[in-house]
Amino acid sequence: MTLLRLDAVTAHYGHLQALDELSLSLEIGEILAVIGANGAGKSTLLSLVSGELTPSQGSVYFDGADVTSLEPYRRVRLGISLVPEGRHVFGTLTTEENLLVGGASRRPGPWNLDTVYDVFPFIKKRRRTRAALLSGGEQQAVAIGRSLMSNPSLLLLDEVSLGLAPVIVRDLYVALRQVAEGGTTLLLVEQDLTEALGIADHVLCLLEGRVALTGTPENLTQSQVLDAYFGRRTVVTDEGEVPS
Amino acid sequence: MIWVNAVIQGLLLGGLYAMFSCGLSLMFGVMRFVNLAHGDFAVLSAYAAYVLVEHAGGTPLWTFAAVIPAAAVVGFLLQRFLLDRALIGSSLSPLLVTFGLSILIENVLQQSFGANNESLFVGSLSYDSWRINNSIYLGRLDVIVFVIAVALIGGLQLFLSRSRTGRMMRATADNRRAAALSGVNQRRVRALATAIALASVAIGGLFLAMRTSFTPTSGSNDLIFAFESVIIGGLGNLWGTLLGGLILGVSQTIGSQINPADGILAGHLVFLAILAYRPQGIIASRYADS
Repeated sequence: MTLLRLDAVTAHYGHLQALDELSLSLEIGEILAVIGANGAGKSTLLSLVSGELTPSQGSVYFDGADVTSLEPYRRVRLGISLVPEGRHVFGTLTTEENLLVGGASRRPGPWNLDTVYDVFPFIKKRRRTRAALLSGGEQQAVAIGRSLMSNPSLLLLDEVSLGLAPVIVRDLYVALRQVAEGGTTLLLVEQDLTEALGIADHVLCLLEGRVALTGTPENLTQSQVLDAYFGRRTVVTDEGEVPS
Repeated sequence: MIWVNAVIQGLLLGGLYAMFSCGLSLMFGVMRFVNLAHGDFAVLSAYAAYVLVEHAGGTPLWTFAAVIPAAAVVGFLLQRFLLDRALIGSSLSPLLVTFGLSILIENVLQQSFGANNESLFVGSLSYDSWRINNSIYLGRLDVIVFVIAVALIGGLQLFLSRSRTGRMMRATADNRRAAALSGVNQRRVRALATAIALASVAIGGLFLAMRTSFTPTSGSNDLIFAFESVIIGGLGNLWGTLLGGLILGVSQTIGSQINPADGILAGHLVFLAILAYRPQGIIASRYADS
């Protein structure tokens, strides 16, 4: 069953076009990794799904309903949650308060303080610490945990690995696998190709606002991915030839 | 002994300032703008009580029960239908809108009630006092105001730190974007913050009207004292605001003790000194961005 569908969405920041008639669909339980260089439109794609940005053309469907112009907080109530790039924890609130704010939408589901602490045991002992004083990895765990508290059916992750040590990134991805095994659909934007390709069922590479490459991690060679990433030559996708 | 008395009277006066300013502090914390009509809402509440007493009679004390909920409703609607729209624009627009509101309120009041001094007469409560010794007397009303101010700020702080809605207010103050992404309905949070702010400033306005007198334009002056209390204490921190109010009150009464005409000036000088040497306030903000 399709959980998320983007139908020919075009997005602009002022006069700058960030996405050009992009379409994609995501099945329940799927893990899609969106990769691409800086400015390829990855974060824009997430903003359209989270509701922070409204497309200038095209529509966004979630769970069969048109959510194109729904505000972010209402989308959280429907089950879409974004872990923003740069974490954006509430620095003046404690770890536990951060998580409790994440439960603001009161959506029922498996996630609560205990289950979040089970997946991220290292933040439990920091639960009374103000989030501003946590390490980068701890803050990222709090940000993911805060999103999980809303019991999302679709979890959007923007650059989880950004600025973190590889060993911490590995721990976070172990936790994300657990989340996915619980049935949550993941849409992640990532620059760390190893982790992204390691967890994803499908990969989508964006280049200047268009799809440059799609496929499964098994079927794509490293040079195909790199070519699409940097736009070096015309590449072949599931749907045929796409000019880059 | 006269200095001890000055300090004690200053603390009592500071309670009133703190009561006045906690709403300003809350609104700034949540929305990052100074409501320039804050003092005028205090005066508006005082006139509302004045009209109620004129028509229905009795002691002004009962008007608290009518004016406070009304102020909260006005605050909620004001945020929903006016300030929220102003917040969409630049950071200057809410300032301009509340400045305009201030002028509007002052002129409508002047048009309706004239420029005379008015006061809410509460009978012997306005001059009753407890005698501590020959040179120190505590005004009953002053002590009541002080106790209510501390209770109000303590209650607000408890609400912010313990309740679900309070937590969402702090989250909104901390990081607006992340709060929206966490499913917080910020329109509701903002409207509640303004409702609380106006309810609290209404309490302050009524007590001020009982303690001294008011005119249609005295709100601007009240705003300055409220603003100074907030800055002295540290922006967006309620205990700081209480402390700021007390420091301002004590500065004014000690200044008056030195020279009766210089009380207000002394308050301003202490405010300027704090602004120069400790601009983050006595208690640095806990709302500060990380």
